Amino acid sequence: MSEIQLVELTVNGERHDLAIEPRRTLVDVLRHDIGLTGTHVGCEHGICGACTVLVDGAPVRACLVFAAQVEDADIRTVESLAEPDGTLSDLQREFSAHHGLQCGFCTPGFLMLAEGFLAERPDATKEEIREVVASNLCRCTGYQTIVEAVDACAARRRSG
Amino acid sequence: MKPAAFTYHRARSVSGAVGLLAELGDDAKVIAGGQSLVAMMNFRLARPEHLIDIARIPGLDTIVREGDALRVGALVTHHAVETADLGPDFRVLSEAMRWVGHLPIRTRGTVGGSIAHADATAEWCLLAVLLDARIVVEGPAGRRSIPAEEFFQGVFTTALEPDELIVEVEFPRPAPRATLTEFAERQGDFAIVAAAVDPDAPRVVLGGVAQVPLRVPAAEAVLAAGVAVAEVGEAAAAAIDVRDEPGASAHYRRALTRTLVTRACEEARTR
Amino acid sequence: MTREPRFDRTGRWVGASVPRREDPRLLAGRGRFVDDIALPRMLHAQFVRSTIAHGRIVAVDLGEVRAVPGVVAAFTAADLALGDITALLDRPPHEFVPTAMPVLALEKVRYVGEPVAIVVATDPYAAEDGVEAAVVEYEDLDPVVTDTAALADGAPLVHAEAPRNTLVDVSLFATEGIDDVFAQAPCVVRVRTKTGRQNALPLETRGVVAAWDDRDEQLHVQTNTQVPHQVRTVLAGCVGLHEKQVRVTVPDMGGGFGQKCVVGREEIATAAAALRLRRPVKWIEDRRDALTAAFLAREQRYDVRAAFDAEGRILGLDADVVCDMGAYSCYPFTAGIEPLMASAEMPSVYQVPAYRVRGRAVTTNKAPTAPYRGVSRPQYVMVVERLMERAARELGIDPVEIRRRNLITVFPYTGVNRITYDPGSYRESLDLCEQVLHDEGWYDVRARAVREGRVIGIGYSCFSERTGYGSGAFAQRKMQVVPGFDISEIRMDVSGTVSVTTGTMSHGQSHETTMAQIVADRLGLDIARIKIVQGDTDRITYGWGSFASRSITIGGSAVAAASGKLGEQLREIAAHLLDADVDATELDGDGGVRLRDDPARRLSFAELADVAYLRAHLLPKGIGPGLTASASFDVAGDGTFSNATHGVVVELDPGTGGVQILRYVCVEDCGVAIHPQVVEGQCRGGIAQGIAGALFEQVTYDDAGQPLAPSLMEYKVPTAAEIPDVAIHHLETPCAFTANGAKGAGEGGTIGAPAAVLNAVNDALRDTGVELDDTPIARETVHRALESALENAHV
Ligand SMILES: Cc1cc2nc3c(=O)[nH]c(=O)nc-3n(C[C@H](O)[C@H](O)[C@H](O)COP(=O)(O)OP(=O)(O)OC[C@H]3O[C@@H](n4cnc5c(N)ncnc54)[C@H](O)[C@@H]3O)c2cc1C
Ligand code: FES
Ligand code: FES
Repeated sequence: MSEIQLVELTVNGERHDLAIEPRRTLVDVLRHDIGLTGTHVGCEHGICGACTVLVDGAPVRACLVFAAQVEDADIRTVESLAEPDGTLSDLQREFSAHHGLQCGFCTPGFLMLAEGFLAERPDATKEEIREVVASNLCRCTGYQTIVEAVDACAARRRSG
Repeated sequence: MKPAAFTYHRARSVSGAVGLLAELGDDAKVIAGGQSLVAMMNFRLARPEHLIDIARIPGLDTIVREGDALRVGALVTHHAVETADLGPDFRVLSEAMRWVGHLPIRTRGTVGGSIAHADATAEWCLLAVLLDARIVVEGPAGRRSIPAEEFFQGVFTTALEPDELIVEVEFPRPAPRATLTEFAERQGDFAIVAAAVDPDAPRVVLGGVAQVPLRVPAAEAVLAAGVAVAEVGEAAAAAIDVRDEPGASAHYRRALTRTLVTRACEEARTR
Repeated sequence: MTREPRFDRTGRWVGASVPRREDPRLLAGRGRFVDDIALPRMLHAQFVRSTIAHGRIVAVDLGEVRAVPGVVAAFTAADLALGDITALLDRPPHEFVPTAMPVLALEKVRYVGEPVAIVVATDPYAAEDGVEAAVVEYEDLDPVVTDTAALADGAPLVHAEAPRNTLVDVSLFATEGIDDVFAQAPCVVRVRTKTGRQNALPLETRGVVAAWDDRDEQLHVQTNTQVPHQVRTVLAGCVGLHEKQVRVTVPDMGGGFGQKCVVGREEIATAAAALRLRRPVKWIEDRRDALTAAFLAREQRYDVRAAFDAEGRILGLDADVVCDMGAYSCYPFTAGIEPLMASAEMPSVYQVPAYRVRGRAVTTNKAPTAPYRGVSRPQYVMVVERLMERAARELGIDPVEIRRRNLITVFPYTGVNRITYDPGSYRESLDLCEQVLHDEGWYDVRARAVREGRVIGIGYSCFSERTGYGSGAFAQRKMQVVPGFDISEIRMDVSGTVSVTTGTMSHGQSHETTMAQIVADRLGLDIARIKIVQGDTDRITYGWGSFASRSITIGGSAVAAASGKLGEQLREIAAHLLDADVDATELDGDGGVRLRDDPARRLSFAELADVAYLRAHLLPKGIGPGLTASASFDVAGDGTFSNATHGVVVELDPGTGGVQILRYVCVEDCGVAIHPQVVEGQCRGGIAQGIAGALFEQVTYDDAGQPLAPSLMEYKVPTAAEIPDVAIHHLETPCAFTANGAKGAGEGGTIGAPAAVLNAVNDALRDTGVELDDTPIARETVHRALESALENAHV
């Protein structure tokens, strides 16, 4: 075990002071040091996207970032999407309505991917959405319903 | 798949980073976006004892147009280039970014990191050779600027000294008609073969067929002659020296080269 | 185009795509997967794994490991002294050779990645540091890396007890006179094919948290398995506990697809370490191990001939199947799982009068295999569908028409393989699928393509999928541990809400919703008042888990039966309280019992439960307090067959060999769909996995048996950019003997896709003279085929 470093993270608007090994990845820190287990781990080499979170608004692979690198960034995880009383966000509701999840293991990654992407590209076409959805892997759904859920959410947001 | 232990350093300036590199020697590695390095560390294929985070060095994340040239800071992300308005002169840079991994890779991966990592199929490496870029590096002895073609020396090896940092990539001339295209089985993967052409230079550069991004002068000559684009592809395919490898035979790589160079030229001609 | 349902639905829940009850927690990031579990003083395990494919273990030195900061303990097989995992078939020695799978390798290693020692540390990082410090000395043995090498004369033996590296060798059916049939047939076609080794690849890797509980005097094992009771049995046996001293529970699961329906060595070793250390121990498989050392599947070689008459009617099938099962037999299915499935069911949806098959399982120095969604059916369906297309070509018959001439159309149909097929819509699904592709204009596109210089093909696959294998069907396989039935127990509490157990184990299939729908209709109770209990060996008497599309057919029928019994009890109590005949009462569909002729006289379930528990003195004579019921269900006959036709349009890129799917149509019939949206989800997800097998994924090794695809860079799971949208059309032939007329729907997509894709690619290549039968189809192979055709055209 190596030396311990003090790391200060802001996650979902909340500050966390951590004493951790610098080799700890952001996803491990979120899950196991902070206890936000909604973000998942599927590969630890950047391909599956189960670990996708927002760092300063942009979707990022939390398995390819050390927590120490993102001090004083604004980190958002899937736990930030629903209201505190459990009311689901529009994006989450569309995933449910379109059956965009089965086992649900990939879902937090897709939600954060879509959340970050739609914030930047609210006018994205369905084809552009498909291309971005191709960033992450899902083994259950065949993707169609994920694309449809994100597209429906975008359309609904556009129509106000 | 957890990385080995290391000590984390945060550099605040280029000279600070260079100083740390010089002081810590072979045990140290720079981390920029981490999109190549962290994956390798998770597999424990890389195990630096010291990691020098350069991401907060001010001034390295800008894209500046200076006359004909475009200067792209080492810390500029793929996604920043993808979404930047570079005008017609350098649109090839923005367009090529869609081939680099996926959005969440592009939001963190950097131009400097790609060039330093020097994967022979990496889009940035091809673009640097295609556009005669100069890689601006800084070491204890100060700055120097290395032509891209000399920078890439072999499989993941470059002209960069261990105590040097890439600070900027300078693209000296506009390339409004340049294009890049590639083929992989799956979106976002590193290409089996990638082809980039700039009819105005003229330049034909290939990825995936050599240990470095490869200029093909024979094909450039045909391109300059302004004959049918298929002949450029043919010339490129004939010129390369490839071996059979698991996953792709020499014959197939040559065929992909022919197709992709031809298609890149076709695309360029429409501009 | 959806046909009007013929099944009489009495309730309002079955058949409705109600919001999934699993969704809110999963969407909010509030599910509980195994790696989300944290226990006080929990330790983390990783495994020292073999670095060579085949060798004798000379020495294992864990001294340095134990000195690594953070490492708490490290154990070899000798340290833990665990029993082996041995799966058996009741077959004679010439048909089946039993082999033991030790929990940790003891004398020999048989594949790269085989666990040799377990390292336990305070966190996963330190555990991996510890693993790196292990020193294992091997004496190299020659590895056996392919099925052909395994069967070669003088091949090294993976298991000394298995001559010719053959674990299973069965010759079945051999219809009398079959040789004459082939000798005299006007048309004999042959398909020889090799299908690539695949990884089921649930996105959540395998994992376990084990802890000894002093108060319960129990080892509590939380593991992401599809078969919790089978894990309990094997675990108790390996560590020497009674089954009551082991409790297996299953948290939320991130998929399984079969990889998690066998007992894993790592879950046993982790539990043993927890028992030894009296501290909770967690093991989470990392992706590299999941790709190289987890259970794999699907690597098979077929050599099949089919005889046809001049009109294209099939006269016989003669098949030789060799399945490369890797290093060990999996529990409980054994290495027979793939060859026995292929051998038993190959005649598929066609009227095949004569059949002979030899099915073999060979062992090689590669990671062992487990059932994977579809089990052999994606392969033999592909072979049979290729045979149909080849015969069609030889005989100049349209490929759809030749199928029509051979499909089973009169049900029940008992095949040459002695299986009885219950009614399905084989012919109708094919007709509809073809019609859809016509109506959508794809045949015109295909015709125009030639003129436009495009390369486009259309392909089909017809298949059925046996679902609901009862004990009888599994017994025919001669498994010594015979799965089949399911038991459900239902309990109504004082407030009139119910909890219902099922022995099945949802891992993405929505059982918390669909099982509740079944109960809701049986009791006339809102699903919000129904809780489904699964995955807990303490709360569920016994179960076989979820695999082989058995959950809704068998588990759902058991749940329905238990609910029905509880309904009877409620009516009896109500009749007594309302002073009426039981026959005069009925469930009112709204959480109560009423008098049929006087509906205003009604008692709610809460009122009845109040009597059953809190005022038991009011109960009728002969009815004891409490409201519980249990029921079991088994399938007496050969199970029920879902069926489907898939139609695919592909375009090939002559410049690159690229394969693009332009259209995918699936016409499916799984009887009554409990939840149509979930059925569609199963189809789409299954099709994606089938396409993956046809075009993308393969586990490869070098000559020394070193894995060549240790990351998702090399093992190419397709993304949304590669998987097309799928248009699904439903037909409904209700099953006569499951509780809701439902048939299984879990595997069909995966079964049909490879054949349809391969046929479409071959149709696109129709003018090249090249036919491709192996999967996954390499782009280079497609390119070469098109290139040679171009060259031929130029000369
Ligand atoms: C799933 C996935 C898919 C990908 N697909 C592609 C693809 O298709 N095409 C492609 O080109 N790339 C791809 N990448 C790699 C990605 O583009 C990386 O971002 C890039 O290669 C490295 O940039 P980085 O900033 O992340 O560098 P890092 O990972 O931080 O560093 C990479 C190397 O460069 C060194 N380095 C970094 N910055 C400097 C500097 N300024 N000076 C000196 N040395 C430096 C580091 O020490 C390290 O050795 C992919 C990555 C992943 C995970
Ligand atoms: S866990 Fe990060 S991308 Fe797979
Ligand atoms: S829903 Fe299971 S992996 Fe996507």
